[in-house]
Amino acid sequence: MARDLAPEVERLLQFRDPNIRKKAALCSIRIVKKVPDLAENFINPAASLLKEKHHGVLLTGIQLCTDLCNISAEALEYFRKKCTDGLVKVLKDVANSPYAPEYDVSGIADPFLHIKLLKLLRVLGQGDADASDSMNDILAQVATKTESNKNAGNAILYECVSTIMTIEENGGLRVLAVNILGRFLSSRDNNIRYVALNMLMKAIALDSQAVQRHRATILECVKDSDASIRKRALELVYLLVNESNVKSLTKELIDYLEISDPEFKGDLTAKICSIVEKFSPEKIWYIDQMLKVLPKAGNYVKDEVWHALIVVITNASDLHGYIVRSLYRELQTAGEQETLVRVAVWCIGEYGEMLVGNAGMLNQEDPITVTESDAVDVIETAIKCHSLDLATRAMCLMALLKLSSRFPSCSQRINDTIIHYKESLVLELQQRAIEFNYIIEKHQNIRSALVERMPVLDEATYSGRRAGSVPAAVSTSQGAPLNLPNGVAKPTAAPLVDLLDLSSDEVSAPSSSGGDFLHDLFGVDLPPASSQPGGNHAQKSGTDVLLDLLSIGTPLAQSTSMADMLSSGDENKSPADILDKLGSPSGPPSQASPPVGSSSMMDLLDGFGPVSSVPENNGPTYPSLVAFESSSLRVTFNFSKQPGNPQTTYVEAQFVNKSPNAYSNFVFQAAVPKFLQLHLDPASSNTLPASGNGSITQKLRLKNSQHGKKSLVMRIRIGYKINDKDVLEEGQVNNFPRDL
Amino acid sequence: MIHFVLLISRQGKVRLTKWYSPYSQKERTKVIRELSGMILSRGPKLCNFVEWRGYKVVYKRYASLYFCMCIDQDDNELEVLEIIHHFVEILDRYFGSVCELDLIFNFHKAYYILDEILIAGELQESSKKTVARLIAAQDSLVEQAKEQASTISNMIAQATK
Repeated sequence: MARDLAPEVERLLQFRDPNIRKKAALCSIRIVKKVPDLAENFINPAASLLKEKHHGVLLTGIQLCTDLCNISAEALEYFRKKCTDGLVKVLKDVANSPYAPEYDVSGIADPFLHIKLLKLLRVLGQGDADASDSMNDILAQVATKTESNKNAGNAILYECVSTIMTIEENGGLRVLAVNILGRFLSSRDNNIRYVALNMLMKAIALDSQAVQRHRATILECVKDSDASIRKRALELVYLLVNESNVKSLTKELIDYLEISDPEFKGDLTAKICSIVEKFSPEKIWYIDQMLKVLPKAGNYVKDEVWHALIVVITNASDLHGYIVRSLYRELQTAGEQETLVRVAVWCIGEYGEMLVGNAGMLNQEDPITVTESDAVDVIETAIKCHSLDLATRAMCLMALLKLSSRFPSCSQRINDTIIHYKESLVLELQQRAIEFNYIIEKHQNIRSALVERMPVLDEATYSGRRAGSVPAAVSTSQGAPLNLPNGVAKPTAAPLVDLLDLSSDEVSAPSSSGGDFLHDLFGVDLPPASSQPGGNHAQKSGTDVLLDLLSIGTPLAQSTSMADMLSSGDENKSPADILDKLGSPSGPPSQASPPVGSSSMMDLLDGFGPVSSVPENNGPTYPSLVAFESSSLRVTFNFSKQPGNPQTTYVEAQFVNKSPNAYSNFVFQAAVPKFLQLHLDPASSNTLPASGNGSITQKLRLKNSQHGKKSLVMRIRIGYKINDKDVLEEGQVNNFPRDL
Repeated sequence: MIHFVLLISRQGKVRLTKWYSPYSQKERTKVIRELSGMILSRGPKLCNFVEWRGYKVVYKRYASLYFCMCIDQDDNELEVLEIIHHFVEILDRYFGSVCELDLIFNFHKAYYILDEILIAGELQESSKKTVARLIAAQDSLVEQAKEQASTISNMIAQATK
């Protein structure tokens, strides 16, 4: 329809009646917006409209030209060359025109025409020095002569300033413009101030010095009663911050945070946190500011912010004492702020002994005496507080465990508290309580290793991850190599992933549910790829866990890495699962019902036993190996190799039944990492007589493509029926001789 | 460009709407509901500009009516305030001390006047006198037509008697 009517409208642009002409002009705008190709047809008629005397037609003609310039570059060029001078003249006439009652609005002749002309001049002058030059005079005149006590005058000034800011550089005019904006800023009228703040945001890009001069006024606007103005002012302040003024600005903003509205607090907190993070000159100042923000607006602080804070804290090792004492103090007064409680509880757990021992006192600190039981008190209060959510209380439990190791005198009391939560109705708390209790009571020897100090988190990688540059998704279906941004990144990342990947290929054992098998073995929830930093944090710890489980190193290395993985991931279930797995080393083999994961982990601990008892074996012959042993079953591997084929190993697995009952439906399954190839021959039988009266043998062939670089590792699962009940046992074989 | 014009009473009743951008019927009701809520709840001392969905809405309160116009981000808000005032002054001149009742009973005339001031979301005429003259001309046409109609019907009535 637009195309059909375009010629008609074009003709009407030259009609004798001015009313028709002006309507035709606006109609043309609509047509040109709909069908940009037709723009060329309208250029000439539009240019002739610019010479009109009738204000209505002139107005609409100018608008048509403006839109044509925006749509077509050709039009822009044409108007720039031909019409700029004419327009400047028109503006001059209008600005200087005497009083005309018809067009007068509060003392100014036709402000609408002024504004439209300024807009068109802006479009024409942008990017073109000549055009800009020709406008300078008239712009200066308008900027200085226009009265600004009425809205019409202010509208013209606003448009004028906008034009000056957009066209090519002219120092004098710019100064004029910024002065006008400054005047606007201090006006009483909210509208004017709003408009000024808007304009200043654009001006900052061009001349930030000038805008800095008005910093104080802008700060006042942040505290204004009008919500729109507050929002604009806050954004402007954010743009104004640089290294020199960050301290004073932040102080002002934090003071305001206390008295601001709840709706505004969220925005304000976010802005303060990002300012502090980007511009903090030194760590202690950053931490101080966050310590001020957390008690005031902790509930509005986003997860990524306090994660970053913790990263910084772990890196500032000389400030640990100071930090933990300040947090302790804050916690006394503001125990309701979620984030504050989380950070404080974590720090107290980590650096508890510094808190009590007053270690690392800084000059400006007042000494405080905190006894061990005080520290435990504080955490217990937090955990009992019902307004805090689950993650926080889980973190408290974790902190209590750490403290039970660091403060041996309070260990019993902590244990009592934890026992109390064994009956909690919340699954997460109950699970943690049971596991931690178990550690405290039965595993005294490894407890201190478990809750050792966290390793320093690597800031660079953490901030990179936050920027979304490092995909931290572990997805078993892709088996993509994982970039583990962790200060303790182990070189064994590949096997981890490969093992996971195994679910889709190389499980050569006759297993239909290979994937589930592996998942169960790890017993760790691997959530689908989520790109949130908070989620990443949790995932990272999850994969650390897996990583450490499979790290091919000495048993000693394994236990310290266990420590790391346990104390990482405060909000993560996987440490809990691992602890679960550490649970009962001498527990009975699992029956059908209990989760498969726990049984695997019991056996994992068992795996520690034989590992430490098997002597380091570097001989050229390959002794047989007890790959797996439980109270009901023993698996022995005998190795042999073909000469000249070092990569392939022949293994004969022998299964012996230690219990007084015979096993039937005996099935052996194995899984290996990607660099190994496994081939299982059929077993000699699938009935295993009782009490070692016979055995089943099964041959395996292993081909190691990384022979010499990586040694063998294998996870095994054995299923059998005993007294018509199905049993499943799982384990990992880490103790292959190195040179296999 | 101006995307739409809304006139809303203090009680939330819509007196006049004019749309210069395509909005479906459902969208229109949604927009009206949202904006009414937002604007009617604003205090008196606050500034006349609201940011909404990426657009700016400029509103001004005259007695019991809120005049709202929705514009693009880069338009001049103060100019739009002037346009609103321009519209109100013309209405005032035409109706003589216009009040909300006038607009309720003569809404068609209000629409005619608006059409003389804005087309396609842009200002058409900055002179109040011209607009007044045009509306007067239109009114006289209406009168003429009415007379015509009445005479013809008279004739028919007489003819068919």
